[in-house]
Amino acid sequence: MIQGEGNKHAPFELVHKRKFNLKEGFFLSLIRTLGFTGAVILIIILLFVALNGVKALSWDFITKPPIESMTKGGILPVIVGTILLTIICMVVIIPIGVTTAIFLAEYSKPGFLLNSVNMSIYTLAGVPSVVFGLFGLSVFVITFNFGMSLLAGSFTLAVMILPYIISTSEEAIKAVPYSFREASLACGTTKWQTIWKVVLPTALPGILTGAILGTAKVAGETAPIMFTAAAFFTPGIPKSVFEPVMALPYHIYVLATAGTHIEQTRPIQYGTALTLIILVLGMNLIGIILRSKQRVKKAW
Amino acid sequence: MRKYIPLKWQTKEKFVEIIISSVGFVSVIVLLLIAFFLFKEAFEVFYRAGFYHVILGTQWYPTSDPPKFGMLPLIAGTLTVTGLTAIIAIPLGLATAIYIAEIAHYKIREFLKPLIEMLASFPSVVLGFFGMVIIAPILSNWLSSLLAERLPELLRNTSLPFISTTLADFCYNKFFISSGLNMFTAALMLTVRAIPVISSIAEDALTAVPRTYREASYALGAGKWETIYKVVVPASVSGLSVAVILGIGTIIGETMIVLMVAGGAAVIPHWIFDPIRPMPSAIAAEMAEAAHGSLHYHALFGVGAILFLITLVLSLISDFISKKYRAIKIGEKV
Repeated sequence: MIQGEGNKHAPFELVHKRKFNLKEGFFLSLIRTLGFTGAVILIIILLFVALNGVKALSWDFITKPPIESMTKGGILPVIVGTILLTIICMVVIIPIGVTTAIFLAEYSKPGFLLNSVNMSIYTLAGVPSVVFGLFGLSVFVITFNFGMSLLAGSFTLAVMILPYIISTSEEAIKAVPYSFREASLACGTTKWQTIWKVVLPTALPGILTGAILGTAKVAGETAPIMFTAAAFFTPGIPKSVFEPVMALPYHIYVLATAGTHIEQTRPIQYGTALTLIILVLGMNLIGIILRSKQRVKKAW
Repeated sequence: MRKYIPLKWQTKEKFVEIIISSVGFVSVIVLLLIAFFLFKEAFEVFYRAGFYHVILGTQWYPTSDPPKFGMLPLIAGTLTVTGLTAIIAIPLGLATAIYIAEIAHYKIREFLKPLIEMLASFPSVVLGFFGMVIIAPILSNWLSSLLAERLPELLRNTSLPFISTTLADFCYNKFFISSGLNMFTAALMLTVRAIPVISSIAEDALTAVPRTYREASYALGAGKWETIYKVVVPASVSGLSVAVILGIGTIIGETMIVLMVAGGAAVIPHWIFDPIRPMPSAIAAEMAEAAHGSLHYHALFGVGAILFLITLVLSLISDFISKKYRAIKIGEKV
């Protein structure tokens, strides 16, 4: 039963504008303040890292390898390592993820099997990233004997991002109106032809947006690559996929905690953090803008 | 020469369906593989050191001789830091969600929503770095001297019966922060990590409440806060609890923040300014030095297996709640 203010007052008061209610005002402004806190914290952290990091950023910083035991020089191998890890990860996982999404959206029938697939995706999404790191160490590094390598790290990241890619792709495929499929099937095409020529091209922008947002998540992760791919220092760009690589998040961690010149390398730490933030938030921004544009464009 | 016989389209369709269906099960296989490899590697330590000694042992000295693998300090570290974070992060996260979904102006919402979403994929290593470089020094240099020196002095000078003695001593003893890298700093940074997770799921749950509910409430003369508190929140309480559970799952599994700012002492904490070593940070910090195949290596997999089980249970609970919730929703669709 909702207790309105109105039943205490004479009826004519109801037509007047509501008086200021102390309880209402207090709670609404409390929620308002708390709600803004998250945004304010993010802006503070961003500004802080940006202001400190921008001093370190220069053309040399992003195009030169580190020198003098990483106290000077740039972070070129680090950037390249992160980009390679992300690209290989995405090349491996997008086909698998999209196929699973097609299965879930088009071919699956309700029942135990579908439930178990959905359940496993849901569970995988909640597994901590460090556990994926342990899995990658045990499977790719040791059992498959890849060693600490680019390939092992990419595969570990791929396993980690799988549930995200599946659910965004599934959402994109399910957003294609059913009339599209019916129109195609009415032309005499088969189910697979319809999916391949009609559903997938229509869903492609949505799938790509999911992939871009997934890339942003992958690029910022540290724990899965810590024992599968990341090296403290490599002299240059890796020559094969079986070599360890340096990566931006791990580089920040190593310089900030394990180095012998922690205070001395502060500018490099800020610079690396800023580079990572630009990379991750830039990808995010692209994904979010693409998505909002698709929402506007979809007029069917 | 063999003549090329085109496949019948039915055969082709069947073929495609089989391929897609079999790829579709890859997530199930991956989950089973993760569980299998974790427990395979973890089995050794539980077998050789004894299950109860491992779970309830209070001494984690993996490199001493003989090594001790009591995981209770690590588990206690995770639970306490999660609890402390939850106390701060759940109200903030839910308030953010309510603000975005119910109160905010259209234009502010369009700005805040993507911002919160970006915060969700903010690299946690940068949060850890921020905590280490900024929050920890502020705590140990500034807050500690304020609360453990100035405040007790001030309280003693008041010469009031309870305040000048007990409370002053309490402040003097309890608010002295010897190192900024402790549970409290970790909880603060984990809060930043957990707010977007909680608020984005909670916001979805709030938006799913039909508009007619709110209109009915307003029509009865309820104000905005009354409507939120007595209509919208009760109607979406299962979605909100899913948000809270998934947020807690994120906090438990977060590695880099606790690795960098929690202090890393494997002892059972007694107070919020004690350094701790939660489970993920123990794995991340020690895996590099644990030789493959040693008992230490297996013990770290044991920690990972416990972590996996905890998040598995949380996922199952939240899945159960959200399934139940969906069943109700269809019934009372307006």
